[in-house]
Amino acid sequence: MITSTAAKVKVDPRDAKLSMAHFFVAFSALALGGLMGLLQTLVRSGKWELPWGIDYYQILTVHGVLMGLVLTTFFIMGFQYAAVSRTTGGHSSAARRAGWIGFWVMLVGTLMAATMVLLKEASVLYTFYAPLKAHWIFYLGLTFVIVGSWIDGAAQIMTYARWRKNNPGQPSPLLSFMAVINTVMWIVATLGVAATVLFQLLPWSLGLVDTVDVLVSRTLFWYFGHPLVYFWLLPAYMCWYAIIPKIIGGKIFSDSLARLSFILFLLFSIPVGFHHQLTEPGIDPAWKFFQVILTFMVVIPSLMTAFSLFATFERYGRSKGATGLFGWFRVLPWGDARFIVPFIGMAAFIPAGAGGIINASNQMDQVVHNTIWITGHFHLTAATSVVLTFFGISYWLVPHLTGRRLTKAMNKLAIIQAWVWFIGMVFMSGSMHIQGLLGGPRRSAFSTYGGSEQAAEWIPYQIAQAVGGTILFLGIILVLIIFVNLAFFAPKGEEEFPVAEAENPEEKAPMVFENWKLWLGITAALILFAYTIPFIDIIQNAPPGSKGFQTWSKW
Amino acid sequence: MHMHKLEKIWLIFGISCLVIFLTVVGVSAFYLGNKPPSCLTTVNPETVGQEKPFNEPGLHKVDGKAWDYELVYVASAFSYTPAQVEVPLGAKVKVIATTKDVIHGFEVAGTNINMMLEPGYISEYTTTFDKAGEFLIVCNEYCGAGHHLMFSKIEVVK
Repeated sequence: MITSTAAKVKVDPRDAKLSMAHFFVAFSALALGGLMGLLQTLVRSGKWELPWGIDYYQILTVHGVLMGLVLTTFFIMGFQYAAVSRTTGGHSSAARRAGWIGFWVMLVGTLMAATMVLLKEASVLYTFYAPLKAHWIFYLGLTFVIVGSWIDGAAQIMTYARWRKNNPGQPSPLLSFMAVINTVMWIVATLGVAATVLFQLLPWSLGLVDTVDVLVSRTLFWYFGHPLVYFWLLPAYMCWYAIIPKIIGGKIFSDSLARLSFILFLLFSIPVGFHHQLTEPGIDPAWKFFQVILTFMVVIPSLMTAFSLFATFERYGRSKGATGLFGWFRVLPWGDARFIVPFIGMAAFIPAGAGGIINASNQMDQVVHNTIWITGHFHLTAATSVVLTFFGISYWLVPHLTGRRLTKAMNKLAIIQAWVWFIGMVFMSGSMHIQGLLGGPRRSAFSTYGGSEQAAEWIPYQIAQAVGGTILFLGIILVLIIFVNLAFFAPKGEEEFPVAEAENPEEKAPMVFENWKLWLGITAALILFAYTIPFIDIIQNAPPGSKGFQTWSKW
Repeated sequence: MHMHKLEKIWLIFGISCLVIFLTVVGVSAFYLGNKPPSCLTTVNPETVGQEKPFNEPGLHKVDGKAWDYELVYVASAFSYTPAQVEVPLGAKVKVIATTKDVIHGFEVAGTNINMMLEPGYISEYTTTFDKAGEFLIVCNEYCGAGHHLMFSKIEVVK
């Protein structure tokens, strides 16, 4: 009985409207950012040049900002807002108002930053490393995006808090709990980037101060930069843990362990930024290694996640009568886009995670640091595992929110889309990995480096990247066709918002998981432990500050 | 909270592998001396050109040190000084580099020399050139319009 009513639970239409607003921005960013990605691979093949004075590093900035910051943040906030609404019974009008304010503040910030990039006033890439000095409106726009995301995230926290108040002594709904963990991690992490933008880069770009401390700014950026990637990943984990089991007709392996793994991600995602700064001067190697150890702690929740997911798959398969060691694998619903699209993403996470272990391995990073291997790596993690899962989510969430249905034809197109994506990524990410091992740098336009023999070896891989990039762009066109269909044209109907139940519902999750004072306290303690002494060192031993430079091409 | 027996075995196995792995990396870094470049010396980025050793970029033979040569580079948008050097095969060389302006990369393709150059900081790495041939130094951190045109060459000769 519970399942039959649960299946009909709809996201409140007023909440649906806000989620859809987020998705329109996210998919617009995907369209434009994807086009920029295609152009980059074409330029780097050496066979084509950008017209009308458009600059490679300008489109690289657009691609990074739109894909890494706009698509992800808008999609995640829209998805989590809907997930909290679905599992708590809807947002209050105050929370909804906060959500809308956050959405508009983020959008205005995005437009401010985008305008400066288009005017070639901010070709500084999405990492905007000082002493490259962009126009102050670019930094102010970024501030708006961050502050907007806090207000937007506050909506989820308000609704979660209200649910807890109304249901004393009860563990919160799993999806809401996971959404709030991710939002809290995001807020703690963005404090770093907000600090460098507000207190260093904005006053410096306005001319209020002459110089900037480059290493402090970078360290604050990377305090944010690594949890940023977990902020992308955790919504995908929400889908894998709590939604996919329902789609295949199984159960969540363990509700408590799912919560524990999310808490471990909160604890170990943030005090780890030095592993992006392993090859740089001014940071003591002992502190670098300490943060490397903390980085590797996320292996533990990752192993838990892998175990849970495959346990769910196997138990479901065996309940359908599958026999043998791997018989369960065959009975999974391979014809259901809601399953197979995220599943391809999950599978991509195996090589992606292995690559990540190499990158974070202290001295091993020297082999690959800032080579195009890194670009290949995050096109497997973010641009395959995460994005394919987001696509898979939108195939049921968009029609659920718009009161339409995922038709058989669209389901088929979605599966084709995922395979197109997979093939494109094998070409692009694969050749990026190999070229990186040969020393090819990331973030660089086409160059023969003065006729160097080593650089000549890289060019065939760059052509392979252009082939992969073209196939991926085809994939983007397909996903946009599906999105527009589901948003405007698909037949009216009911599409389920799948929410799985635990295998042992009588086993209640321990209430200690909802003790935010405890988890935020440990998070803060770990951050202080990992950062206080090296940060004091960096400030005390700082060289004279840097004045700003604008070394990119202008209109 | 209940944990399945197989999951316990899986996690114990995984965490043990992790401990062994981190121990290997740690021993290699701190006992065998394979730390990533982490020089703590600073310099004024505005006056780099007048300060030792950056007033004389290039290869210098040194005596009484654990390395035979010092190879000094000054980077600025969009070039390295010197643009070309010859290094004798088998020489143990300390590479010393810094930047005059924005952040640059310093990667010698095909070797383990790969470090960030940041204004105000000196980056160092000691290595032995034990393969003859031409090696390309590329800037692998975005530095502006000519980023992809920023390179230098090391010729390792017998």
